[in-house]
Amino acid sequence: MIKLSGLRKSYASGGGRLEVLKGLDLHILPGESVAIMGSSGSGKSTLLNVLGLLDGFDEGSYLLADQDIKDLPEVESAGIRSRTLGFVFQSFNLLETKDAIENVALPLYYQQVRRAERMEQARAMLDRVGLGDRGDHRPSQLSGGQKQRVAIARALVSNPKVILADEPTGALDTATSHEIMDLLDEVQQSGITLVVVTHEPDIAERMQRTIYLRDGRIVDSL
Amino acid sequence: MMDWIEQWREVIETWFSSGFRTLSTAASVAWGIFMLVVLLAAGKGLENNLRYQYRDDAMNSLWIYPGVTSRPYKGLNKGRQIITENADYDWLEQQDQVIHATGRNSSRSMAVRFGARTGMFSMRASHPEHQYTENTEVVSGRFINDLDLEQRRKVVVIGKPVVDFLFLNGEEPIGQQLTIAGSSWKVVGVFDDEGSSRETNMFYLPLSTAQVVFGAGERIDQLMFTVPEELDAEAGEALEARMRKDFGERLRFDPEDPRALRVRNNLVSFAEVQAVFTQVRVFTWAVGLGTLLAGVVGVSNIMLISVQERTRELGLRKALGATPTSLVVMILREAVGLTLLAGCAGLGLGVLVVASLQKWMPENDYLRDPSVDAQAVLIATALVVLAGSLAGWFPARRAAAIPPVEALRG
Repeated sequence: MIKLSGLRKSYASGGGRLEVLKGLDLHILPGESVAIMGSSGSGKSTLLNVLGLLDGFDEGSYLLADQDIKDLPEVESAGIRSRTLGFVFQSFNLLETKDAIENVALPLYYQQVRRAERMEQARAMLDRVGLGDRGDHRPSQLSGGQKQRVAIARALVSNPKVILADEPTGALDTATSHEIMDLLDEVQQSGITLVVVTHEPDIAERMQRTIYLRDGRIVDSL
Repeated sequence: MMDWIEQWREVIETWFSSGFRTLSTAASVAWGIFMLVVLLAAGKGLENNLRYQYRDDAMNSLWIYPGVTSRPYKGLNKGRQIITENADYDWLEQQDQVIHATGRNSSRSMAVRFGARTGMFSMRASHPEHQYTENTEVVSGRFINDLDLEQRRKVVVIGKPVVDFLFLNGEEPIGQQLTIAGSSWKVVGVFDDEGSSRETNMFYLPLSTAQVVFGAGERIDQLMFTVPEELDAEAGEALEARMRKDFGERLRFDPEDPRALRVRNNLVSFAEVQAVFTQVRVFTWAVGLGTLLAGVVGVSNIMLISVQERTRELGLRKALGATPTSLVVMILREAVGLTLLAGCAGLGLGVLVVASLQKWMPENDYLRDPSVDAQAVLIATALVVLAGSLAGWFPARRAAAIPPVEALRG
């Protein structure tokens, strides 16, 4: 599903460039669940952003579902993000002006799905994450766990091949974290590839494989 | 196609989510359009008022008043009274560029009697062409004609107030005999005039008859004539100079002597008024467009702030599949929708105020019938909407070009 070869990524820093990813080789199979761990500044979030086509890379190759991602125009990247990928962010990133069901339906809006159909699918997805009765609640009316459930429903609604989660439990208490991870387990069991950036070992243990990054390099894969 | 109701619902949600900002933006645009409409209407009112002041006389006319010489000329002393006579009228009538020529003798106040009633009214004795220089409107009967002059008929054309004063019982004035200066005159017409009441509190007599009855001999107090309407002020000035020169030769005075012959050149006067109209128009447009420009700058600033504040949201939308174009269109929709709505509100309010002024404003010396040129205002509104679009376009393009990861960091 995901295949990286010699992937390098650097940022402008001061007068020079700071290399964050230093020639990564990585192969993630369809339906596999992978945790990316590493200390702060190891490049794990950068890697997730590159995998999610939210950021570009300098060298190497990236194949996503057999499609070469290198130098894709933004319009095509947007299409891939819309159809193939789903995102779960640590800070939920829900739109405050929209209620839960509209937040969930948003990716379908960009797939040009008609409103009635969008709402129906979003409602079904909210049911699936256990928030069927919270569809008309604004994010400010939901708890942290509920917000993350809405975010997961939003990631799933367009039936993606890959879910990319960046510290999905980072802003939640332990009990809620476990609920969210149970939900992500279900997602993975449905055949969706799951890549989770985390610094929590118990979250990583739930994944089939854990990749350790240090200083922009994969130092271990268990 | 995404359905447009959803798109506009999203725009309205965004407006409501930043209520005060939306309101202040809309208010600045609406105020700009409102001010433009009101200023244009006020400008038009001023212009109408100026035109009204000139409504009385033909704009394409020159009026010649003989005076007293202030310079010696060819052995003749200064202080000599210049007198125009029938021969001068006959000469004037034949001149190139003279369309309607008339002479006029006037008397301030004369007793006019019908039956038991006597009133004091001004007298004018003229040629038939006088009605063209004075914009006289005959409302019944006729004006003085050539036969009246030729046969020196004792006929009179009276103003409406004269009718109202003398014919109390509603008698038909045409055909009645009036006594003026002790002799009897037959009423052949009634006239009205757009000028002040001074222009209608009077009666007209054939010049030739009046000259005999009132002992004026061949003398004519003033000469007036109209010229082709296409003549401009420059041509009017040339014609005036020619008249001064020719009359100078005929009546023996220095053409450069300003007091020998006074000429009221309506072509030049009207051109001066036209220049005032233009200045008023330029001023009102400049002030109005300035106000609008301030509104547009306001929209630009607010759109810049709005887009900056929503960088994270735009990043999220990108992560969820929004293309740069769809984001630009979304922001443009907000900007155009807001300026269009506010512009229409300002336009509607402005038109309402102008309509109220038209209906309720009492007659005054400054504004008359203020109105707005619908086309000009619609174009101005369209320009504001266009400016609003541009105001949204630049920040939208910049925001849409930010990589999603940077936008998400907000």
